[in-house]
Amino acid sequence: MLSKSPPLADLVSSNIVIVAGKGGVGKTTVTAVLARAAADRGMRVLVVELDGKPTLAQLVPDLDVRHISASDALEDYLQEHGFKRIAKRLAATGVIDVVSTAAPGINDLVVLGKIKQLERSGEFDLIVVDGPAAGHAITFLSSATGLLNSVRGGPVRTQAEDVSAMLCDPQRCQIVLVTLPESTPVTEAIETSFSLEDRVGVQLVAIVVDQVDTGCELADPETIELDGAKAHVDAARAAAVFRRSRRAVQTAELDRLSRELPLPQVRLAALPVAGLAADDVAKLAASIAGEP
Amino acid sequence: MSSSRPDRNDTLVGELVDAADVIVCCGSGGVGKTTAAAVLGIEAARRGRRVVVVTIDPARRLADALGLDGGLSGEPQLIALPAVGGELSTGQLWAMMLDTPAMFDKVVRANAADDEQADRIVHNRFYRNMADALSGTQEFMASEALHELHGDERFDLVIVDTPPSRNALDFLDAPGVLTRFLDHKAFKLLMLPTRTGLKVLSVATQPLLKAIGRVVGSEVLADTVSFFQSFAGMESGFRDRADAVGQLLRESTTKFVLVASPQHDTVAEAVWFAEQLVAHEFVVSAAVVNRVQPRFGDGSVEDAAARCSNATERGDHAAAALWANLAELRTLADAHRCELAPLRTAIGAEAVVEVPQLATDVHDLEALEAIAQHLFAR
Repeated sequence: MLSKSPPLADLVSSNIVIVAGKGGVGKTTVTAVLARAAADRGMRVLVVELDGKPTLAQLVPDLDVRHISASDALEDYLQEHGFKRIAKRLAATGVIDVVSTAAPGINDLVVLGKIKQLERSGEFDLIVVDGPAAGHAITFLSSATGLLNSVRGGPVRTQAEDVSAMLCDPQRCQIVLVTLPESTPVTEAIETSFSLEDRVGVQLVAIVVDQVDTGCELADPETIELDGAKAHVDAARAAAVFRRSRRAVQTAELDRLSRELPLPQVRLAALPVAGLAADDVAKLAASIAGEP
Repeated sequence: MSSSRPDRNDTLVGELVDAADVIVCCGSGGVGKTTAAAVLGIEAARRGRRVVVVTIDPARRLADALGLDGGLSGEPQLIALPAVGGELSTGQLWAMMLDTPAMFDKVVRANAADDEQADRIVHNRFYRNMADALSGTQEFMASEALHELHGDERFDLVIVDTPPSRNALDFLDAPGVLTRFLDHKAFKLLMLPTRTGLKVLSVATQPLLKAIGRVVGSEVLADTVSFFQSFAGMESGFRDRADAVGQLLRESTTKFVLVASPQHDTVAEAVWFAEQLVAHEFVVSAAVVNRVQPRFGDGSVEDAAARCSNATERGDHAAAALWANLAELRTLADAHRCELAPLRTAIGAEAVVEVPQLATDVHDLEALEAIAQHLFAR
């Protein structure tokens, strides 16, 4: 079952944790839970989100949550790299769009550069980043490697070298992959982790499986005597058959994940709610905290 | 499974796949857009239509679901639908995966004055970067594919599964993405040297361009300038095409279907998107909510919980677990339905169609069929 050694301490041992995974698997939940758990251990935590959605601030209302947008990061970057006078004009004329198209990945690179800057400020023990949505995680993380191949000199290259060094140093930065105990997300998580190793050169420390049914054991309903009117008894039996079938899917997928991706798994319980609130996040954080 | 479902579903979604020429499935990432698109496609084919489903999803989900081991190619492929109840479908189901760079090349070739101009553009490094990386390119090409397939005689219904963008509205703006890019002051700036007869190299003397050159390197800048110069004369073609695609999206036979999961966030996003669509005078025909927890029995959560307590008191822990499970699944089912309320208010209760969470995973034709049967009350 739940692996004892890695959980929280290992997950939050680096300066930066980037949470990655396909849309809908619960990246934001995991970001909030890791941040909450680390803050509860007394760490100074910064949460970074890239989407501009208000969700994270609601899930961890007392933590420092900052939004980093690519266009602001690029403008800052230009200001800090000798284009102070014309950075505004570059933005106003839309030349910035051209720059970011001319050197693809530059948007992602300046965002990662901003995160690196926050890391270097020494203000935080841990920075948890809610990674970009959908399939962009690999593109986002491989932006530095890509630019190292295409840009031969200048400030972009320096930045790409610095970011690449940050991503490949497990003391400084770790990537936490999130998945669900279902067929498609597990397949995608396996593919993504291999691409991350091949294309970005990072080793994953653990994989977080979100929404795991950890409820108590359910016997085969046909073997159990139930009292009550037929309608009630039938409902209880049908519900048990359904839940057992979902669990069989889950068990098979978790086994496949363990077999094909030999990483410690951190499992977060599925809660019977349609959207988490701050106290749910606190509960989940406590569940992975282990001994204080 | 005893999830209750209004019989109106059939008329509503059934009418939709009978009457539409184009169906656009939109929603945030991970809500099951591809599944919804495939299910609508299967149903349309069963009803005798010649339908093509276009997916942008790089995860090959649709290919997997449709049982295509080799994955989907950039060309439509005919899917063999199994007979249902001894009846073969009278229509056809085709599926294709959008190959964004290949589609972009095709569009450039269609608009270029001659092969030479097309080659110059297609081989330009800036263009290659742009075809991969300009934000909105995927959406732009999805809308191009939509337009092209709409005009293809093999099909009478095109279903597109929109890219998993952070902002679902990107798709609506997509047809104009390149023309807006070309309208940029930057573009005019970069075109300046040809118009004034100056040599390309002198571009570097302009302070702004000099700055860009220092950031991205002079080679990249040279590629950029030559791309914009090669593009001269093609703007109007692209502009006309963008208008045509924009018009197609506003046809009365083009229907938008929102796809959501019964979670607070995705429902909120679907509601927001519905409002945006209506504000832009698009037609929202239905919302498909995937993976809604089925409700077992009409009894209350409290009733199941009380039965659980009684069983526990009697020391019957196995029975208590069964009642506790019933209470928990009812809690979740009720929570899901409660989350859907704002969506029902936004687009009308009858337009919200629930797809139940199945007892097994959906990753083959059979499971898609099961959903279609539920959705269309076959």
